[in-house]
Amino acid sequence: MFARTIALAVAIANLAAFDGAVAQTANQPPDTMAARVEACTPCHGNQGEGTSDVYFPRLAGKPAGYLYNQLLAFKNGRRKYPPMNYLLEFLPDPYLQQMADYFADQHPPLPPVAASDASKEVLQHGQSLVSRGDPQRQIPACGSCHGPALTGMEPGIPGLLGLRPNYISAQLGAWRYGTRTAKAPDCMQQVAARLTEEDVTAVAAWLASRPAPVTVAPAPKGTYVLPFACGSEPD
Amino acid sequence: MRSCSPILAVWLLLFAGSSAEAQRKPDPDGDSVVARGEYLARAGDCIACHTAPEGRTFSGGRAMPTPFGTLYSSNITPDRDTGIGKWTAEDFYKAMHYGRFPDGGLMYPAMPFASYTKVTRADTEAIFAYLKSIPPVNQRNREHDLRFPYSNRQLILGWRTLYFSEGEFKPDPTKSAEWNRGAYLVEGLGHCGMCHSPINALGGTSQSDAFKGGLIPMQNWYAPSLTSNREAGLGDWSIKDITDLLQTGVSMRGVVYGPMAEVVHNSLQYLNDDDTRAMAVYLKGIAEPSPSPPASSTLPTSESSLLISLGKTVYDKHCASCHGTQGEGKPPHWPPLANNQSIEMQSAVNPIRMVLNGGYPPGTNGNPMPYGMPPFAGLLSDNEIAAVVSYIRTAWGNRGAPVSAREANELRSAPLN
Repeated sequence: MFARTIALAVAIANLAAFDGAVAQTANQPPDTMAARVEACTPCHGNQGEGTSDVYFPRLAGKPAGYLYNQLLAFKNGRRKYPPMNYLLEFLPDPYLQQMADYFADQHPPLPPVAASDASKEVLQHGQSLVSRGDPQRQIPACGSCHGPALTGMEPGIPGLLGLRPNYISAQLGAWRYGTRTAKAPDCMQQVAARLTEEDVTAVAAWLASRPAPVTVAPAPKGTYVLPFACGSEPD
Repeated sequence: MRSCSPILAVWLLLFAGSSAEAQRKPDPDGDSVVARGEYLARAGDCIACHTAPEGRTFSGGRAMPTPFGTLYSSNITPDRDTGIGKWTAEDFYKAMHYGRFPDGGLMYPAMPFASYTKVTRADTEAIFAYLKSIPPVNQRNREHDLRFPYSNRQLILGWRTLYFSEGEFKPDPTKSAEWNRGAYLVEGLGHCGMCHSPINALGGTSQSDAFKGGLIPMQNWYAPSLTSNREAGLGDWSIKDITDLLQTGVSMRGVVYGPMAEVVHNSLQYLNDDDTRAMAVYLKGIAEPSPSPPASSTLPTSESSLLISLGKTVYDKHCASCHGTQGEGKPPHWPPLANNQSIEMQSAVNPIRMVLNGGYPPGTNGNPMPYGMPPFAGLLSDNEIAAVVSYIRTAWGNRGAPVSAREANELRSAPLN
């Protein structure tokens, strides 16, 4: 009995000492990127997987170079969205690079594909533009830059899967109206300018209807040659 | 490579130009004057207005919305056609000290000459020497876009009569050298009074209201009083907490956010330890404990208590994981909310905006990877925002007043940048 009491007392003492140690570190936030990017999570999800808001994109697994370009563009006002411009305005570039690396390294599963309310004709038009483009109107196939599996290419070209139709059409619209711009030559601005409203709706609907491929990782740099120059993907 | 060579050629030309310049004017003290001028230009935060986003440094063109229309800052690089390349040191002094262009024309008081007038001639000349040493940028100034009648520069005369008193800083012999150095920096180059003093409908600040706090026009952030310990008065802060806040953007008492993040990012983080300490000593010195008015609220008591009880639920769910169940935070990175003047002060604008918009303190040399606060505008209703802000303003001994859902709603449309 006495021995058990001693043992218990020692255990309690140990526990108290352990508590003290935890309290020491518990006085500071975790020294991790996850804790530092908590400001991003209400809109983009804990691992950058996206949230129920259809206008906020998935960040996880996108090429780090692409994410860094977007963070810089928001910081400098080249890409306009006041809540993002405000958050990033006074953060150093190397820190933005670390944020980009962090979300590029996250690999939560792609969300299940939501049922599309687009008609068969619209989806067919979207499929045709995504896979073949429209040479007569100088519209390249999406896959010619974003990869045959539409998973993007390191360092600067994002994948197009796991995004919702509203987000895709909002971004294509932003390029057409100049609220989203990228380094010259601004290839996406050139392509988006050739699209009609119907094209945008169709492309967004088709892309959002695609199931996740086996590998969602972007292709390594230089896997294929781009059809034209793009400021976001230097040679 | 083909596209590189013209750039290389330009570089070589620039290089050749500057070394020829150096040979013409051997000046053993020149470098140190220029370096001092660069330091002082940082203290004056010239870059914040005179550089546009992604623009060349000091080439101007930054849009500055004011209640009277939009002003565009000017090119202060030494370009002879579009900058200040033809100005003399005397011209520059006249601009800083009197707010006049070389031809005698009047500057709009967005240029803080009412503060810069306190800067010594030697310091003004050092800043000029520095500005003359930077690469010239050929970029024409953009016309201001002011509404009638503010487009009439003669109106500035009236403003100057009311609010401008010219004169270099006069040290107070009853105070220490350190206090006076701090006063010189805060009242002069730091131009802190531009935001931290109430601004009236004419865009002016009366002397008697200096540093008493006010809502910053167009930005809808409240610049708290620097003299009242009920607001941002630093009377009961330790000198270390003040210098930490100014130099790194975070401290054990709170962090900087909103427009003050810009000031720390572009200016204060570059000041040396002595100057930062001098500012801290002065700021601590001017703070006066003001009698705390009883927390007053326009809300009926029953509504307040409902709000506060909903507020605790919201707080425990969304806020307590970082700010602690007792509002103790994990300073300096996760600021405490208990006994935090920024939360308790009369104006609830800043706490409401922080909940709505979140924010990062500035990245600084002392804190290059700051922790950020998530924006809750999309997650919480007006009622929940009002509730949680009411809760943090009244819990743990805090002496603020509850806020209404209408106040929260109105700030949803406040400009973000």
